[in-house]
Amino acid sequence: MEPILQVRDMVTRFYSVDGVVHAINGVNFDLYEGETLAVVGESGSGKSVTMMSIVNLIPQPPGKVEGGQAIFSYGEMAQDLLQLSEDEIRHVRGGQIGFIFQDPISSLNPTMTIGSQIAESMTEHLGFSASEARSKTVELLRNVGIPDSERRFNAYPHHFSGGMRQRVMIAIAVACRPKIVIADEPTTALDVTVQAQIVDLVKRLQEQMGVAVVWITHDLGVVAGLADRVLVMYGGTVVESAPVDNLYEDPRHPYTIGLLKAIPRLDATGEAETEELEVIEGVPPDLYQELTLCPFAPRCGYAFDRCWAEVPPLIEVGVQHGAACFYDVERGGPRNGS
Amino acid sequence: MTAATPQVGFDEFEEQTWQKRLAYVGRLLQRDRGGMLGFILFILIVLTAIFAPVIAPHDPLKQNLRAAKQPPAWQEGGSWEQPLGTDTLGRDMLSRIIFGTRVSLTVGFFGVLIAGTLGMVSGLVAGYVGGRVDGAIMGVVNIFLAIPYLVFVVVVAAILGRNLLNVILIFGITDSPIFARVTRGEVLRIRESGYVESAVSAGASTGRILFDHILPNLIGPLITLATFEMSAMIFYEAGLSFLGLSVPPSVPSWGNMLQVGRQYLTIYPWIATWPGVAIAITALTFNLLGDWLRDVLDPRLRRSRK
Amino acid sequence: MQRYLLTRVVQSLFLLLGVLIVVFFLVRLTGDPTSLMVAKEAPAEQREAFREAMGFNRPLIVQFLDFGAGILRGDFGDSLHFRQPALELILERLPATFYLATVALLLAIVIAITIGIIGGSNPGSAIDSLGRALGLFGQTIPNFWLALILILIFAVNLGWFPSFGRDTSISVVLPAVALGFGSMGQLVRLTRSAVLEIRNEDYIRTARSKGISQFKIGARHVFRNASLALVSVISIQYSYLLGGSIYIETIFSWPGLGNLLQQAVDGRDFPLVQAIAFFISFFVIALTLLTDVAYALIDPRIRYSS
Repeated sequence: MEPILQVRDMVTRFYSVDGVVHAINGVNFDLYEGETLAVVGESGSGKSVTMMSIVNLIPQPPGKVEGGQAIFSYGEMAQDLLQLSEDEIRHVRGGQIGFIFQDPISSLNPTMTIGSQIAESMTEHLGFSASEARSKTVELLRNVGIPDSERRFNAYPHHFSGGMRQRVMIAIAVACRPKIVIADEPTTALDVTVQAQIVDLVKRLQEQMGVAVVWITHDLGVVAGLADRVLVMYGGTVVESAPVDNLYEDPRHPYTIGLLKAIPRLDATGEAETEELEVIEGVPPDLYQELTLCPFAPRCGYAFDRCWAEVPPLIEVGVQHGAACFYDVERGGPRNGS
Repeated sequence: MTAATPQVGFDEFEEQTWQKRLAYVGRLLQRDRGGMLGFILFILIVLTAIFAPVIAPHDPLKQNLRAAKQPPAWQEGGSWEQPLGTDTLGRDMLSRIIFGTRVSLTVGFFGVLIAGTLGMVSGLVAGYVGGRVDGAIMGVVNIFLAIPYLVFVVVVAAILGRNLLNVILIFGITDSPIFARVTRGEVLRIRESGYVESAVSAGASTGRILFDHILPNLIGPLITLATFEMSAMIFYEAGLSFLGLSVPPSVPSWGNMLQVGRQYLTIYPWIATWPGVAIAITALTFNLLGDWLRDVLDPRLRRSRK
Repeated sequence: MQRYLLTRVVQSLFLLLGVLIVVFFLVRLTGDPTSLMVAKEAPAEQREAFREAMGFNRPLIVQFLDFGAGILRGDFGDSLHFRQPALELILERLPATFYLATVALLLAIVIAITIGIIGGSNPGSAIDSLGRALGLFGQTIPNFWLALILILIFAVNLGWFPSFGRDTSISVVLPAVALGFGSMGQLVRLTRSAVLEIRNEDYIRTARSKGISQFKIGARHVFRNASLALVSVISIQYSYLLGGSIYIETIFSWPGLGNLLQQAVDGRDFPLVQAIAFFISFFVIALTLLTDVAYALIDPRIRYSS
């Protein structure tokens, strides 16, 4: 199967007064049609910036996408999104790639009715008339589980609870039946009970529409039941990429291993496991420095001289499984040729 | 967006010394061209006011009917003897402009000093004591603010009569409600902040809280406000002079000059031009300075504005 | 909602009462108002007769109650100079002032908001620089001087517009520009900073993520939210223009309230001065009240949460 999106060697920097922030340092990944790709990492790892960079959504200035490709292909079409003009990429945004953001409270315009905020992108990209867009919106509101949708069309965001607002955000994201939906920590700001509903809703819509979902999160715990594949990011690079089961059972990057040890787990009986949680010692990398070594080396127990001298590329370690590490944790020594 | 947030290193917490702060202010000045310009102009204007008798080429009051109505030097009929020309009584425009700086700065400085003191004290009391005292003070403040400022000033000036002291008093009193309102707002904001609450719960005395926590935090906003208000007062003083309600006509103030200039606008336009330019430059100076001070003195804005 | 409105109305009435007190006592600031209104050279019997006629020899409280009761009846006293009721004179001049202030405000709003939104959306662009320059000059060029310069250029030299009076439909142009210039500067600054702030809001990112065009984001998302911040400022500017037209009306001989006030002050016609000061304050208070009501109606959050 051909990937719908191929990102190669993407570099994004922010030119702040305090210096250059090296936010994304050569990111590579593929996204396949209809799959769910989880992007995991702590704040500052570059997971959001990566997705924003693809569709020219980072604030510029100070941000700037400085290199790489993002080939978006569907049907016969294939285009490098990074080469498109703002006016061209604009139609990809919302039309082909939808977004769900973290905070549904601040992400909706407080002065516009929720209906008009959904209908807006339909008139923009699908050329609907106002009444067409309205009836489609009402239908869509019902589909995302908002009761009494006819009347709710004219409601303002502050009339809605957080969960309901996130449903509205989801409706906005899928309004034009996009090929890809990027969900940027869509459940972080919500109550735990609501989180599950939102996850279910996205999964249901994904099946209905066959859309690929990129699920950005800092929580490896929620990924398990959700994703097909996982991308682990650290210091503006992809450090590990694997099918979800592989990642949990056979992590190959010391950072991923550390992350997994830091998740509290419930065993089959619902009791918390007695195994002690571990924390990763040290602080996240200083993004003001240009990346010349493995970003994780300062915190890594396995680091050896090569890790301090060059940036490890993503090395194939299994089927669809890559890890950006010179150390072979399985064999317990430097990887061949290292 | 999270990646754009710089990581906080430990070096951010190094101790602040006066030298470091001064160096920091210097860097801020370098970075902000407007602030730099405002700062330099401010120094120049103050020096002009202080050394007016030394700088001015002529006596600003000396009439010379033979040299009257001379255009600026670069126009036909002008002479470098009076670079900016002369007025209808042959007085040197440049010297009058230079001496006018004194009137404007005096009114601005003392006016703001009085307004600031009155306003700060009443705002502090209102904000700190609260309750009925607050209600009474703010009631009066709101009444004064409900009367359009210009109308207020014009009426009071007309009643009190033309002299410098009256003008200063008028501005000092009529402008104090603004200072009171800002002070009170800041006091309330500071009082509700976590550090004052924790100081109160730790048993700090009222005086201690006032001097250690509230006053230091008031200085920034009030100095910034004072700068802008000084600019406004210089405006209003000129306006009052222009209406014949400020200092007596014999005093070379910019507004008085403008009033004379208005009568001869079509024949001798330079008489009205120069005082206007002087007022505009002074106002520009105080505005640039105020904008810059706001950045420097308000730590909340400092990060976002750079 | 109704309770909120009721409170605001009561507050406004108290403010009016306060203004009434201030206006009443202002002319008594220097003691007996007779000395303000009658020439010093006048013989003692004439002064006494005047005092008697105006009722200044009665106890203060009686005078005040009389003054207040008169205003409730719509009797603002008689102008000493025009020898007719002050209210008549005011109502006669009022439309001209409203017209001038409204044209000036509309001019300022249209230009300022357009430049502010386009400039704020494209920081560093030519339009943004224009907006910043306007913002600075609006605050630093005195409107009375600007009026003179406009007359010099557009009336005297180019002859496009009349320099005084209200005889033709284009007579309003120069005074409106001069009067509105300061407000324009203020509004450009505010619009620009509101837009810069709103641009960073999450919902603008959402709008961008939907692929809405830059123009529609500006016109729909940014403008709506910025206008909320601007409503109160526009109302303040309007009252400022109503009360601030005294210079402009005097310079352009515009037959409005400001001009009347200037004449009244000049002629020491204090009953008329009192009436005008009260009336203008009344409008300002009413305007503020209306703004609050409008705010409650416009902002969906206020409307529903109360």
